[in-house]
Amino acid sequence: MNPHGETTPSRHGTAAFGDDAAAAMPAIAMTGLRKIYDGVSVVDGVDLAIPPGEFFGLLGPNGAGKTTTLRMLLGLTPIDAGSVRVLGMSIPEYEREVRARLGVVPQFDTLDPDFTVEENLLTYASYFGLSGPVLTQRIDDLLDLANLESRRGARINTLSGGMKRRLTLARALINQPEVVILDEPTTGLDPQARHHLWRQLRRLRQRGVTLVLTTHYMEEAEELCDRIAIIDAGRIIACDSPTALIAAHVEPWVISLSTASARQFIADPSMLPARMLEIADTWLIYTADPAAVRAELESAGLPHSTRAANLEDVFLKLTGHDLRE
Amino acid sequence: MSHTRHPLLPRPSLRFIPVWRRNLRVWRKLMMPSLLGNFGEPVLYLLAFGYGFGRLVGELDGMSYMVFIASGIICSSAMFTASFEGMYSAYTRMAEQNTWLAMLGTPLTLDDIVFAEAIWAATKGLVSAAAILVVASVLGLVTDARALLALPVVFLAAFTFGSLALVVTSVARSYDFFLYYFTLAVTPMLLLSGVFFPLQEMPGWVQGLALSLPLAHVVEIVRPLMTGTWPTQVALHLAVIVAYGAVALVVATALIHRRLIR
Repeated sequence: MNPHGETTPSRHGTAAFGDDAAAAMPAIAMTGLRKIYDGVSVVDGVDLAIPPGEFFGLLGPNGAGKTTTLRMLLGLTPIDAGSVRVLGMSIPEYEREVRARLGVVPQFDTLDPDFTVEENLLTYASYFGLSGPVLTQRIDDLLDLANLESRRGARINTLSGGMKRRLTLARALINQPEVVILDEPTTGLDPQARHHLWRQLRRLRQRGVTLVLTTHYMEEAEELCDRIAIIDAGRIIACDSPTALIAAHVEPWVISLSTASARQFIADPSMLPARMLEIADTWLIYTADPAAVRAELESAGLPHSTRAANLEDVFLKLTGHDLRE
Repeated sequence: MSHTRHPLLPRPSLRFIPVWRRNLRVWRKLMMPSLLGNFGEPVLYLLAFGYGFGRLVGELDGMSYMVFIASGIICSSAMFTASFEGMYSAYTRMAEQNTWLAMLGTPLTLDDIVFAEAIWAATKGLVSAAAILVVASVLGLVTDARALLALPVVFLAAFTFGSLALVVTSVARSYDFFLYYFTLAVTPMLLLSGVFFPLQEMPGWVQGLALSLPLAHVVEIVRPLMTGTWPTQVALHLAVIVAYGAVALVVATALIHRRLIR
């Protein structure tokens, strides 16, 4: 396969495949994937096909099986049942060949604290057998892309969290991977740093890179992904584009009000037909007819706010709203 | 070509070299304190024991005590340096800095990484032994060129001690754990293997114990080479060192695999 991809990446996952069989082959295919720890299925029969060039998100609460799924993809966790093929090659038999064409951004910082920014890239490149003028050029480009040009000679412990993440992503791109895997890439980052990283990721689209990320930030999934799988207790419970998920699973409008107001509202037997959900100290009212609900609330003098439904609402509906530790 | 991992036998590739070079690159940055530890301390032992004890002891096995102890300390310092590297430093890379985890995002496998760590430990053992050899030559304790032949033996021995240390690392949950191995294995070997005094002076059962462990065999080869004679039963001694190293590498790789690939 061409590392830069023959297919046209599209915003909503319906990549226009060419006629040749290679292009039609999914970049990642999982069938009946299963992982059992101490008798508990952490990943419980996952089937997924991710076409080349797609930006794909695995969304789920903590402990849903996202990281374990990614680890099996990389050959870092033995597969108990089912199969994984990446770029047409079976894991773990071809883990070495597959990882040569993959970029990985782990959940935790794995940068080398003894090295500078540039030395980190040079050293990581050497694991792929890369060196020489081609590599020098590539490092210049990646530092530029990551906006770290001025920190080339800086020690890792002088970098901010956002810079470390950007460097980790730059490091993952050193081998010009066809597939990039990111495990919670922006966890712990402030909003500015997150947007910076997103921009770095969006640029990969033009190169036709396939991207798989896990996250529990809904805006991140909505912002970046063509298609999202919501995973809970090791199973995929929904998989589609963000807009299709919202259309299919929740009412288009959400009205939120405080718990105290909500009690008053519920007590009223004339309550309009609407779905309600309590989360922490807020009640969410889901409705296709916000004007009617708002008129009702206003006549009762209850403060409230209205917004369009988003992925978070889908997530709350499908995974329940209990706090996960 | 598919490569299903053999459940037991590690299959490292030449990709271990960049891992070794990574460690070298770090070491070059921290060379001064590292050299002081790996080389300064044994030299102090050599001088203090050599001059201090040497006066009292006089000759041992037909050589001055200073020469006797210099040839022993070359072996023990290789053991210490390689063990330290295979435990504290390798553990840092495995459990604290996630260096190995980062490597597993590349075409490297754990077989490559563990093998590279063993070779790296051997390299550091060799460097410290070579540094002591230089000091011993400057002091006039070594005069025969055969001493150079001791270096490959020391490299092999350090590989064995590094691999043994990696076995300990593979089951360690914290740095404190390494004290068990130092107290129960490294120190007894140091005291019983003929480094500071001849093994023949010990009771028979102690000699038997010492010869069941690798360090005594290293000393048996290195001491004659350092003093300008040829060692005897070289094949036997080498066989013990190689056997320990090979088994330790296999066990360390399997245990680290079980620990990290789960």
